[in-house]
Amino acid sequence: MNISHYEFDAIVIGAGGAGMRTSLQLANAGLNVALVSKVFPTRSHTVCAQGGITVALGNMHEDDWRWHMYDTVKGSDYIGDQDCIEYLCQNAPDAVYELERMGLPFSRIDNGKIYQRPFGGQSRNFGGEQAARTAAAADRTGHALLHTLYQQNVKAKANFFTEWYALDLVKAADGSVVGALVMCIETGEIAYMHSRATILATGGAGRIYQSTTNAFINTGDGIGMAMRAGFPVQDMEMWQFHPTGVAGAGVLITEGVRGEGGYLINKDGERFMERYAPHAKDLASRDVVARAMAVEIREGRHGMANGVPCVYLKLDHLGEEVISQRLPGIREIAKTFAHVDPVNAPVPVVPTCHYMMGGIPTNKHGQALNRVNGQDKIIPGLYAVGECACVSVHGANRLGGNSLTDLIVFGRGVGIHVENELKQNHLHFQAADDASMAQGLQRLNRWNTHKDGEDFMQIRDELRAVMQNDFGVFRTGQYMAEGLKKLEVLHERLKHASMKDFSQVFNTTRVEALEMDNLMAVARATALSAVTRTESRGAHSREDYPKRDDANWIKHTLYVDDDKIGQIDYREVNMQPLTVPAFQPKERVY
Amino acid sequence: MVKRVLSSTALGRTGVSDWLVQRVSALIMLAYVVFMLGFYLGHSSIDFGTWHGLFASTWMRVFNVLLLLSVLGHAWIGIWTVLTDYVKCAYLRGTLQILIILGFLACLVWGIQIFWV
Amino acid sequence: MTNTHTIKFSVYRYDPEKDQEPYMQAMSLELPKGSDMMLLDALEYLKAQDQSLTFRRSCREGVCGSDGLNINGKNGLACMTHVSELKQPIVVRPLPGFPVIRDLVVDMTQFYRQYEAIQPYLINDNKTETKEFLQSPKDREELDGVYECILCACCSSSCPSFWWNPEKFIGPAGLLWAYRFIADTRDTATEQRLANLEDPYSLFRCRGIMNCVQVCPKGLNPTRAIGKIRSKLLQRAV
Repeated sequence: MNISHYEFDAIVIGAGGAGMRTSLQLANAGLNVALVSKVFPTRSHTVCAQGGITVALGNMHEDDWRWHMYDTVKGSDYIGDQDCIEYLCQNAPDAVYELERMGLPFSRIDNGKIYQRPFGGQSRNFGGEQAARTAAAADRTGHALLHTLYQQNVKAKANFFTEWYALDLVKAADGSVVGALVMCIETGEIAYMHSRATILATGGAGRIYQSTTNAFINTGDGIGMAMRAGFPVQDMEMWQFHPTGVAGAGVLITEGVRGEGGYLINKDGERFMERYAPHAKDLASRDVVARAMAVEIREGRHGMANGVPCVYLKLDHLGEEVISQRLPGIREIAKTFAHVDPVNAPVPVVPTCHYMMGGIPTNKHGQALNRVNGQDKIIPGLYAVGECACVSVHGANRLGGNSLTDLIVFGRGVGIHVENELKQNHLHFQAADDASMAQGLQRLNRWNTHKDGEDFMQIRDELRAVMQNDFGVFRTGQYMAEGLKKLEVLHERLKHASMKDFSQVFNTTRVEALEMDNLMAVARATALSAVTRTESRGAHSREDYPKRDDANWIKHTLYVDDDKIGQIDYREVNMQPLTVPAFQPKERVY
Repeated sequence: MVKRVLSSTALGRTGVSDWLVQRVSALIMLAYVVFMLGFYLGHSSIDFGTWHGLFASTWMRVFNVLLLLSVLGHAWIGIWTVLTDYVKCAYLRGTLQILIILGFLACLVWGIQIFWV
Repeated sequence: MTNTHTIKFSVYRYDPEKDQEPYMQAMSLELPKGSDMMLLDALEYLKAQDQSLTFRRSCREGVCGSDGLNINGKNGLACMTHVSELKQPIVVRPLPGFPVIRDLVVDMTQFYRQYEAIQPYLINDNKTETKEFLQSPKDREELDGVYECILCACCSSSCPSFWWNPEKFIGPAGLLWAYRFIADTRDTATEQRLANLEDPYSLFRCRGIMNCVQVCPKGLNPTRAIGKIRSKLLQRAV
């Protein structure tokens, strides 16, 4: 196989919010950085974020980043690392002001400052009244943010490798990461990108579920790459189900709708969240709202839309003016995908897979971590940032609006750290290990040459059904054990599967086949981690273990793939922020 | 990064002036048509004398030359646009443009002879 | 009585490795009666039947701009077009005016180049501000209907001026973005931006036929934005 060779100071894999914020930092520092993306950068999934970016700017009322930190720790159900959450909340204002000065068209309030709206799980003064902390550009904040970052990268002259697909990490003999194998989708060209720092920013993997708000491209590529390189992934049992996906279509309706005053009703028109979260009601944390909806549906108080049992999101009482001004995109989505104009009628919604809290474990600088003899060990040359990373600032449940904050605060942080490491010559070009290179090429080769196996698309459908049925909003040991077995069978079948298009020109089927390996890796990690955690915490809700178990489970789950069922290990949760006392676990009520 | 388009323009210095010339010349042509209609309708019978009288006056001579310039300028910008849209071979386009310019110049000279003399 | 109905398609196919020339392929789907889906879902089903069928897609909710196609002769996004609203056979072609790479995938290099040519980023001389630049809600309103562009290229690829002069005419999408920055009260490079558009091609090739407005899946109006830039150019010239 003919392999071309490129050399960069740093390569960033993934051009969503996190990847582009990182590459911008590096490009502006004058480093030679490559930005590898399987889609044109503004097609990345960040573009779909709607409601906003949570940050204690204090534009609407007095605010404090420590209050934001308290909410985030509580939202994480106390397994978020508090040193990292501290870093997130403390640095968020600067990072958001920077974005504004880059041109992000935020909505405004009368004094000219950035508009902020209430979102779920937000409080003032450590659990007091509802806060309005989510900075927004109408309901298109992700779009505005992603385009702004792309524009800045154009200005900074980053090297775009657009529609290039990353296959696998390449390691040196000592285990450090020295680059990645990538493939040009248009021509089929294979290249080895040799670098001093490799940054994974590949986003989520919501496509392991049948029903998801995630884009087609969210297939956990970075997670699969890390796992194939023998590195652990963390808290993979933690999947957020967003309360308001359009029933049947899965398309997201922002939490900002409830922030602006919308609320959920069952088929009897009852505002049922008053029963589940008397204080915060519809602005309780997402896991709480999603579970309440699932109970309503299970107990028969649901309507039907597109053949799916659902409850309804009512916002007609907000009036056409507020809807058109603050939620124009939602109106468009509801009309197109639910055939409902929210100005007149409620929108049918169901909890829908939305966000992967787990990922590649990192410290607060984004350095990927391995676990050796019960100790964290930094993997030289490898960083992870954004949804594919588990820093962990979201713990067992992410708060709405915190994902964009995560992307830009840590995107910037990783950029700064890599820049310093490179300038101080702590990261070097190292020779690739032949075995590592061969491993990546072998996987590609198998897909390229294996002709008469089972269709991988069939296996993909079955995998999604297993995850949807056995690892959804509510989980039980028995079903999960069965699900795990089914996954192992699918895993075996996948080893012999094949695709049916072998063209070298823009072969998207080959990309999907390669993505399938990553979906399988993510699903298996999720399944075993979920079976292992015998408690209910945040988004991980077990009917056979309905209580949170702080004595045994304030810890991160680590999963390492081993071609059998995989191995579980644990990592302690950081309870040592630098400038404030730690927030101790207490019962989580909204 | 910024790529300024520096190709030749039709008449003026910029696209703005071309655009202005198109609009101003169109107004002159419109005014001429309106005036002529008014002249026809305002005279129940027009004989050679009336006609000659009109065209012999200095202001009408000026108006006629203005019309001539407007028609030619307007047409030239339009034709130049069409040529640059559809004739992709530069040699052919250049040749056509020269032929058209020559034709237009001939029209101009001939027109002035008719109107002014 | 059958419980399904057949949806017929005619799809543009071209694989440069195999085909001398592009051709239209008849394809069909059996759907349960009364069901509907987006064209993108239908294409996904067709791809499951024939994995060689190639098209771009990402968000499937009309925000990423990947799946701009020519559908029954009109440009639009596959993910926002209901199959039930289309006359059959549904004729699906790549966006016109771009080189075809394979099947429904086109080479958009020229489109992106024109976007980059307008300096698509905020320019502000103030390097000392540490918080946000202030902007009144009214000034911010000027960006509504402009900043929402998703770069799907439905507009530029329906514009004859862009077909004939893709290297010189910015095209409706790029000009919409140009106006987005000209209209932004935080931007201090308006003069430079206008100067870059005053030649006879970049902007003035727009003949105002409004194809772009008709096809924009986000309901935006590039022609109006172009008109506003032209007014500013004229004010500047006279």
